[in-house]
This record gives sequence, C-alpha cells and structure tokens, in this order.
Amino acid sequence: MEKTKKHSRHSFRSNTLPAVVMTGPMTLLLVLLVAVPLIYVGVMSFCSIDEYYNVVFRFTTANYARLASTDYLKIYGQSLLIAFVTTIICILVGYPFSWLIARTKSKYKKILYMLVIVPFWTNSLIRVYGWRTFLGTNGWLNTALQFLHLTDGPLDFLYNRGTTILGMVYCLLPFMILPLYTSIEKLDQGLLESSADLGAKRAATFFEVVLPLTSGGIFSGSIMIFIPCLGYFFISDILGGGNSDVIGNLIERQFQSGNNWPLGAALSIVLIVITLILVKLYQRMGGSMESLGV
Amino acid sequence: MSSIVQLEGVNKHFGKNHVVKDLNLSVEEGEFLTLLGSSGCGKTTTLRMIAGFEEPTSGSILVEGQAVEEKEPFERNVNTVFQSYALFPHKTIYDNIAYGLKMKKVPKTEIAQRVKEIMALVQLTGFEERYPSQLSGGQKQRVAIARALINRPRVLLLDEPLGALDLKLRKQMQLELKRLQRKLNITFIYVTHDQEEALTMSDRIAVMHDGILDQLGTPEEIYEQPQTKFVATFIGETNIFEGNIKELAMGRIAVRIENGVIRGCGYGFSRNEYITVSVRPEKMRFSPVPVKGFQLEAQVKDYVYVGSVVKCIAVLQNGMEIKMDRLAGEELPEPGSIIHPWWDEKDAVLLHNPENQVLKMIDSMPLI
Ligand SMILES: Nc1ncnc2c1ncn2[C@@H]1O[C@H](COP(=O)(O)OP(=O)(O)OP(=O)(O)O)[C@@H](O)[C@H]1O
Ligand SMILES: [Mg+2]
Repeated sequence: MEKTKKHSRHSFRSNTLPAVVMTGPMTLLLVLLVAVPLIYVGVMSFCSIDEYYNVVFRFTTANYARLASTDYLKIYGQSLLIAFVTTIICILVGYPFSWLIARTKSKYKKILYMLVIVPFWTNSLIRVYGWRTFLGTNGWLNTALQFLHLTDGPLDFLYNRGTTILGMVYCLLPFMILPLYTSIEKLDQGLLESSADLGAKRAATFFEVVLPLTSGGIFSGSIMIFIPCLGYFFISDILGGGNSDVIGNLIERQFQSGNNWPLGAALSIVLIVITLILVKLYQRMGGSMESLGV
Repeated sequence: MSSIVQLEGVNKHFGKNHVVKDLNLSVEEGEFLTLLGSSGCGKTTTLRMIAGFEEPTSGSILVEGQAVEEKEPFERNVNTVFQSYALFPHKTIYDNIAYGLKMKKVPKTEIAQRVKEIMALVQLTGFEERYPSQLSGGQKQRVAIARALINRPRVLLLDEPLGALDLKLRKQMQLELKRLQRKLNITFIYVTHDQEEALTMSDRIAVMHDGILDQLGTPEEIYEQPQTKFVATFIGETNIFEGNIKELAMGRIAVRIENGVIRGCGYGFSRNEYITVSVRPEKMRFSPVPVKGFQLEAQVKDYVYVGSVVKCIAVLQNGMEIKMDRLAGEELPEPGSIIHPWWDEKDAVLLHNPENQVLKMIDSMPLI
C-alpha cells in the first residue's frame, strides 16, 4: 500500500517528463521506479485469478465491475467521510495552534515549532500503538478514571470511527500546521493594523483579511491530509472498529488475506484516480504544487 | 481653534532603546502639522502611538479629549496612511477603497457613489477592477490616501505618503493633498523627512531629532529662527561657525572663530560663551576689501548655477567650505580670488551649545 501511495504522488512528476528526457539516467530511474510499477499495477488490475488464487493474464474488467458494487461504494463513501472529518478537525485544531506559533514573540516559539516537528521523526505506527495502550480497557486513561472514581468500570474508547479519526488527526496534524504556519508567518502585520484602522472589528478582520490570505495554507494542508486519510489503513486497523475501514484497508486485505491481487490492483487504481481528481480540483482552485512539497 | 490631539510627556522604549523622549505636542483642529526629522528619529513610532497601535511607555495621548487607549480602533475618528501602504493584496482597488465604509455598514449605493468621487479626486478612475500588485508605487500611494480619506476622519495620520513618487508627481500631490486638507477641513499629522515638503505644505512643523522634539513652529519660524544647531542644518542650507564671544554690547555680538571674527545679534549670551552661528547662504555677502567688524577671508573655489541662483563656494583659511547665493547675472570674482565674506548682523542666528550649558551648570555648582 505504501508503494501504491508513492506511485500516486510521483505520477505527477511525469508532467515534467519532456524536460527530464534531457537527463538520461534520471529518466531511467524514474521509468524503473515510477512508470514500470505503475504500469504493472495497471495491467494487473485487468487480470484474473484462477481457483488457487494465482494471477493469470486473462483480460477482464470484472475487477472494476466488482468495485462498483454497493458494498464497496459504501466504504468509499465512509473513507471520504473519515478523510473529510479529519481534515476539518485538523483545520480547526491546527489554525489556532499555527497562529500561536507563527505570531508569538515569545522565546518559546522555537520550542513550540519543535513540538510539531519532532513527531514527524518518530514512527507513526509506534505512536498509534501508543494511543491503543492509552485508550484500551486496561489503558492509562481508564485506570486513571477508575482511580479517581469518575467511572465504575472500564469504558470502551477504542474500536470505533471516532478513534480512527482521532488517530488520523493525530498523525496528520503536522501536515496542516506546517503550511498554515508558513502562510500565517507571511501575513503582513500591517494589513491587520490597517484593517483595524479602517474600522473593522476583530472578527471582520479575520474573515475579510486573515482567512483569504491564509487560505492557500488551508488548501495545501487539506490536500496533504485528505489524500493520506484514504490510504492510512494501519490506523483503522489498530484503532478502528467495523465501520471505520478506509480504501487503504480494502487494498491491504486483497493483497494479504484476500489474496486477490488483481482486485487489489484495481482498488489501487481507483485510489490513484481519486487522488488525481482531488489534486486537479486543488489546482483548479488556484493551489500551487510547490506548497505541497511535491 | 482647540487642540484635537494632545501628547503629554510621552516616552517610548523598545527594550533598552529610548525612541521617543518626553514628547509634548498639541495639535490644533484643522491644522496641517508635520513631523519632520531624519530617518530613525521616531516619527513613525510617534504616529503609531497616536493611532493607538503602539502604547507609550509613559505619558498620555488624548485624541478629541479622550485617552487613545480608551477607545477601540474602530471607534476612533482617526485614519492612517501607512508608510508601507498596507493595501489588501487580495482585494481590488474598488474593494480596498470601499473597505472602511463597508465596515461601517454604509448602504451599497452610497459606497459606490463615494468611491467614485474619491477615485476621481486622486485620479484613479478606471483602476477599480485592478489589484494592488498591478499598480505602480505612486498609484498604490494614492489608493492608500483614498482608502483613508473616504472615511472622512477628523484626524488623518500620514506616514511619508509621497515617498515613492517621482519629483513631478510628488509636487503635484503635495498641492493636491494640501488642497484636500483645506477643503475637507481635516486635521493632518504628516510625517516626512523631506524638509522642502514640510516647508511648503505645513501650517506648523515639529522637528524631531533622536526622539526629541527640537522645535515646534511655523515654517518661517523654523527656517528663520532655528533654535538648535540640528534644526538650523536640517532645514535648508546654512553655514555654521563656532567660537567664543569676544565682545557683547546691547545685543550686538562679536565672535572669535578659528580664523577671524564674525558678528551677530542676540540676547541672553554671556562673554566668552562658546556659541554656534548659523548664516543662510542667501544672507551671505562678500566684498573685495575687509568689512568693518568682520575678519574673515576666503578663496572662491567654484560656482554652481541653479536656475536663477548662482551658488558660490568659497574656502576659509582652515579649509572649511562656505556657501553663498548670488543672483544670476551679477558680476562675480574669478575663481581663485580672495574675498571677504560678511553679513547683516541681524541675519545671523546665534545658538547656545547644549554641551556648553552643561559645562556652565557644572561651573556654577558650589564647590564641595
Ligand atoms: N517594533 C519595534 N521594535 C524595536 N525597535 C523599533 C520598533 N519600531 C521602531 N523601532 C526603532 O525605533 C527607532 C525609531 O523608529 P521609527 O520607525 O519611529 O523611525 P522613523 O523616524 O519613522 O524613520 P524613517 O524616516 O526611516 O521611517 C528606530 O531606531 C527603530 O529601529
Ligand atoms: Mg517611518
């Protein structure tokens, strides 16, 4: 799955292929690492399997037909919903925090910034397991609550859509804070003053000046959160319950327990297409690719 | 006339940096007051304190009789034209200018009418749909002025609003602004470091130097009777001589300088006091023979023709250059000839030396 996600991101690089042709070795590398696997996945998505689950090269569109069934559509919808809610929460949580670290004159600015960066360097799998330990029935939170006699028995925090979203927000929040930080940092303090000078109250200044001028950061943050949300299967695996599968879970299952690689490949292609559409939409709204760090 | 803005004992520190020092200033309603001073002397800081964007470390600022900090920015009848324009980059020129009225919830039709008027006034008609990034520096400045003026404030604060304009447009806008100010009867507090601009536009000028208000007065007073050496040298051209008072009688003073003796008029000076004498180039005269009372000799070095005036540059024996204005067409001595500069006693401005005052104070202290 990680591989598939990489494909989806790198496939945009192929926009620049003509320029890259000049640099032969680079092209070769790109072809080997990006184009070949991508074509491989694409071809496989039209293959079939025999009764022993071996991939056989017999052309079929059945895989895609299966993916259009209501069961699958429901999960796409659910995955989009989880991604959407995660993104919204990240905006709501990330904005004030980014504002704080971008605007503070305090000497703790660097430390606040580091608080965002450091989790980046730690394996997210480990951190998500940390949440499971924390929220589990024998976890710290339940122990603490019972110790304080706030609850009688252990509460079920885990294994629902809420905890999945919590995990997603937790893992992806830095992707919102960093572009927001940049765009808020760039915001000219003089504009806020002139807005106030011209009679705008704080809220009006926010909606008339601050929000439009930092929307670029919100946009790029959103796209950098929304897309991984569709694929981060391990979070719903570890924290989620029955109704929190994302597209990534489906893909993972087909390659592992389901052992239906062509179907998994078709799912990957669907995910790539959704990603492409989202990025196109983002560009259409005026977002720049550089601010995505692509 | 009554005072609309009042600063009393205002001090401002940025950390250890004492930027505005014990400033007392009272701005009359309807006047055009200029804060004049060299870069970094605290003009912007003073303006920002009046606008309420910066809090004085000590002292009080009253606008319309009320302390600045008592009102939210949007309740004040004060608008600012910022040194850096601060136009909203994501709004069109129309929306930029309409912003203040929109915030006051003025009806749309009235907004349209007033924006149209003000845009005509600053000669920006036709630029409504453009964005600030599509304008030249001068056009941006006019938008900034229009955006503030449209609110019809009682006091308008302008921070070097013409800094980015070329000379011709600058002169034109100076007259335009002055005319607007008279017509709309708005109090202008205007910041500039251009002394010529200050002299032509202002009713009164406050000359600032290192955070201190050196002198407050009409352009004539500032020019004719500078009270400090800084004011004398900063406003217009001048020749500065320094020396000890040799003789004084009935306000007529002779001063011994390094290479001679010069004269001036003034009261409140004492014998032997080390003073500064300032003489404007246009007050300087010279003759081929020594003039009674003066002992000053110079060699003509060069002439510079500036329109109707010829600037004569001569060198004193100690190497100091002096400037003298002559009318074009006058007969002038050849470069290299020796001349004897002099002036009417009344035309010299005599100034105490601040360091001297301190020395005098120390002198007059009783010995312990
Ligand atoms: N926010 C600030 N923090 C620290 N120091 C400041 C701040 N604003 C201004 N200063 C300092 O205060 C002094 C006066 O600045 P100010 O902007 O008032 O000068 P100015 O007279 O407007 O100069 P200019 O003509 O160059 O605009 C300067 O030495 C400046 O470095
Ligand atoms: Mg300034």
